Amino acid sequence: MLARAINFFTSLRLTVVCLCLAILLVFGGTLAQVHLGLYAVQSQFFRSFLIYWTPEGTHWRIPVFPGGWLIGLVLMTNLVAAHIKRFRFERRKAGILLVHAGLILLLGGQFVTEMFQVESDMRIEVGGTKNYSEASRRNELAVIDVTDPDKDRVVVFPEKLLARGAELRTPELPFALRVENYFPNSTPAGPMSGEAEKLKAGAGLGQRLFFSPAPTTSRMDEENRPAALVQAVSDRGPIGDWVVSTWLTRWPWFEGLQDELGSLMPGVSITAPQSFTFNGRTYEIALRAERYYKPYSMTLLAFNHDVYPGTDIPKDFSSRIHLSDPGAGENRDIRIYMNNPLRYRGETFFQASFEPGDRGTILQVVRNPASLAPYIACLIIALGLLVQFLTHLAGFARKRARSAESAGRDPSAPPLEPLLAGDAKAKRSPL
Amino acid sequence: MKKWLPWIAVALFGAWFLSGAVAPKPKEGFDLAGFGRLPVLLDGRIQPFDSVARNSLLSMSGRSIVRLTNGPPLSALEWLMDTLARPETADQLKVFRIQHPDLEGLMGAQNAGLEYYSFNQLTNQLESIQNQVQKLVKSEQGQGEEAAKLRNAYQKDLMHLYESLFLYNRLKNSLEPDDSVNFQDELRLFQAALAPGRAALEESDQGKSANQDDLQRIVTFFKRYDELSRLAYPMIIPPLPGQPRQAWSNIGTNLLQALHSGELHPADTFYAAMSSSYRNNQPAEFNNAVAQYRAWAQGNGLAPALQKGSREFFFNQIEPFYKSMVIYIAALLLGCVFWINLSEPLRRAGLALLILAFVIHSIGLGFRMYLEGRPPVTNLYSSAIFIGWGACLLGIILERVFKGGVGLVVAGFIGFTTLIIAHHLALSGDTMEMLRAVLDTNLWLATHVVVVTTGYASMFVAGLLAVIYIVRGFFTRTLAPGLARSLSRMVYGIVCFATLFSFVGTILGGIWADQSWGRFWGWDPKENGALLIVLWNAVILHARWGGMIKERGLMAMAVFGNIITSFSWFGVNMLGIGLHSYGFMDKAFPWLVGFDVSQLALIGLAILPARYWASFKAAPSAGPPSGPVLPDTSALAG
Repeated sequence: MLARAINFFTSLRLTVVCLCLAILLVFGGTLAQVHLGLYAVQSQFFRSFLIYWTPEGTHWRIPVFPGGWLIGLVLMTNLVAAHIKRFRFERRKAGILLVHAGLILLLGGQFVTEMFQVESDMRIEVGGTKNYSEASRRNELAVIDVTDPDKDRVVVFPEKLLARGAELRTPELPFALRVENYFPNSTPAGPMSGEAEKLKAGAGLGQRLFFSPAPTTSRMDEENRPAALVQAVSDRGPIGDWVVSTWLTRWPWFEGLQDELGSLMPGVSITAPQSFTFNGRTYEIALRAERYYKPYSMTLLAFNHDVYPGTDIPKDFSSRIHLSDPGAGENRDIRIYMNNPLRYRGETFFQASFEPGDRGTILQVVRNPASLAPYIACLIIALGLLVQFLTHLAGFARKRARSAESAGRDPSAPPLEPLLAGDAKAKRSPL
Repeated sequence: MKKWLPWIAVALFGAWFLSGAVAPKPKEGFDLAGFGRLPVLLDGRIQPFDSVARNSLLSMSGRSIVRLTNGPPLSALEWLMDTLARPETADQLKVFRIQHPDLEGLMGAQNAGLEYYSFNQLTNQLESIQNQVQKLVKSEQGQGEEAAKLRNAYQKDLMHLYESLFLYNRLKNSLEPDDSVNFQDELRLFQAALAPGRAALEESDQGKSANQDDLQRIVTFFKRYDELSRLAYPMIIPPLPGQPRQAWSNIGTNLLQALHSGELHPADTFYAAMSSSYRNNQPAEFNNAVAQYRAWAQGNGLAPALQKGSREFFFNQIEPFYKSMVIYIAALLLGCVFWINLSEPLRRAGLALLILAFVIHSIGLGFRMYLEGRPPVTNLYSSAIFIGWGACLLGIILERVFKGGVGLVVAGFIGFTTLIIAHHLALSGDTMEMLRAVLDTNLWLATHVVVVTTGYASMFVAGLLAVIYIVRGFFTRTLAPGLARSLSRMVYGIVCFATLFSFVGTILGGIWADQSWGRFWGWDPKENGALLIVLWNAVILHARWGGMIKERGLMAMAVFGNIITSFSWFGVNMLGIGLHSYGFMDKAFPWLVGFDVSQLALIGLAILPARYWASFKAAPSAGPPSGPVLPDTSALAG
């Protein structure tokens, strides 16, 4: 039994089958992007163990094909097992060994990346300063004690804790937060709209601006904009309730909404913090993008968007940034531009996008513990392939030289000429 | 004679290539070549008028010349010159290509089925074309870029015609307003009107009473040149010394600037002299104006632009890719004839031509790199050129090592095919267009793109070798065991080579993506395409090492490699999604499908048992022949 398992997991046949399945998976995953979008394909095809099919009109999940994780796992097992079983160092196979070692590193590195990579965005307006980046999809409910003019005290709850009826408590706050209602995706609604379900608050902006639920989306180019009605409750009873939503905090949604509301509710700023006072301290409450605070700050000195003369083809995007890190004694100007990211304190800052009218820059911030793995793997694999290729070429040249010698000829003479002679003979055969 | 055959072939084709390097003779005394070399700014880059002419004409008519019913064809430059300065002559030239029968039907009964139309033949239909386009655009509102991809053949042809007419109208207004009779005189009047007109404008601004005639005149000029500034296409007026190097302007904008500065730009006068003398058939004056403008530009900091214009003009003249394409066909034919009559001088002549074509191909590739200041592959067009070049190099090496004509046929075929593909890709416009920000990096273009494209080239070489194996083995008795063995060694070796390049290229691409987008791998269609090639090579190699496939299996798999490579090279661009979809082409789709079907048919042949193969049936080692039964190809044809 064990022997059969070993045979199965070390067989070349398994390698070939897995590689063929991988080809089908990648091909299918590429075509599926046309309809599903990249984000959904990534999670359904590549970051999954099985691909499910849901027949129209049902809720069944029928597994139809192995997903990326499963194929990768079996291939990796196969690769490692085969090498353990057959490992015997030969100079002839040094290249192959290197290639496979590099492959293990590459796949392992990608696995670590998929598991532990953190991506966020840093949006800075020209002249503005930021000391945090924001998650592009994850949100948090933040309660900020702003009483002390020098220092804010921030308490955050991840969005996944928000659910209708949930009660959020922490010793950091002298009150609890009760989630009275929560929509994973929402649209703004005025008092006059006929929506059946609406979030209305007794305090803050939510008295005038309502939100109704919307179907959630998983497309790459769309994002969910949750909204919740949250009540602050102390031991003595309710303090008040507020509507919070990323519609009010995430760029560019708040800009669009502000433009739309400008004429309907003149003088109302939707980005103004919603605050309340309790026991002599002032708090602000907001549902916002999850933030990653840094021990340093960045100021956008200038943003450049160059085009080729007489066209609107972009030539370059670049941000001139002032980096100020008192802890590390760093205080310098940096230019971040296309293909030239900034690497600082384990994070990489890329020029990703910009605000319309070049008003500000958007940097993508990536923290990836395995960011070096592909670089090293690439070197090892390239070296291995080169060694292997040269070994083969040398062997081929030797063989040619030998066969030429045995034929008593100059090595540069055509060794394969007889094949055509043989050809002619075949023609003459009495068939 | 036989010994000299290679040299004669090379001398003949070489002389033909070199004839292109000789500057064209003046036509009716006009130094058009001198005009064609003059630099302008278009699509963000300095290029000569000659390139403007070729790219415009190609995009309108799909040809680089204008055929006439009587007399020799017009070159692109001659056509442009007429369009710029003798629009009523140009209006009679058939440069508008209409392919869809329904659109042709619109042109009226007497004009149906012509395919190529002149502007005069279209004038009655302009309104209905405009109406239809408006309707189409209106129906597509709110669909964004998606809409253009969903158009049907008729709508695409309609839009192409509309865009061609639009471009033509802009060209007619690029050197002078298309209704001007003598632009030189007009500019003299303009200059005379400038000072009094500006004074009158100032007075009326201050509320004083101004000379109404002066005012009227300058306002008329303003309106005229304001419209011209919106129509004129290439920016022909260079920056003056002291202005930024990029500050070119079109003729209309420049004349409007004269309203502010009170002075005409020297180039205005030179160009007006050229257009008027061309219109009035005064060659001496025309040549004089071209020479004077050159001299002026030389002395005013425009020497680099003049040089760029002259070099690109030369590059256009020698047409290295067209000429090497023709020589590739000649080499391919000689290779095929050699297979039939086994005449060694023919093979040697073929190899000599192949090397000549390769040298010309390399000159073209190198010249392009030099003009652009870029590594060889910057867009889909140049990837086709590079794949042909790489495949040809491999083919020459194979032919030198193995003799036998196989390398000749492979290199000739792939060289010719890829250059044909490149020619069709060039129809969509300037092939030396500027690179978008993310691509603007010579380091990664030189490494990732070149390595991946070399991988494509070697995949196609392996695939074509396998096709030769299958076709010769199945249909003829010429696939002797020795040839079969050496073909299989070639395929195996090149698959290894392709693995090396595809793998390293793909990983380099990942590293580039990591540098510019912040992730090593994102499952983008183009990335997946490259990965498919790597995976398929891995399958071939492992299946062979594991003894799962033998010779014919290897061949079948190598042919399937053609399908995967063509999907990666072209197919993913047709999906029109992803970060890499810089160019969308749907005309190629039927071709791609046809290619894939043909490859599948070959694979079908390859996996038929050996007893159906003409060569193996004939071979003594295959056992006693089963009788004079011909391979039953009729079943396969269906």
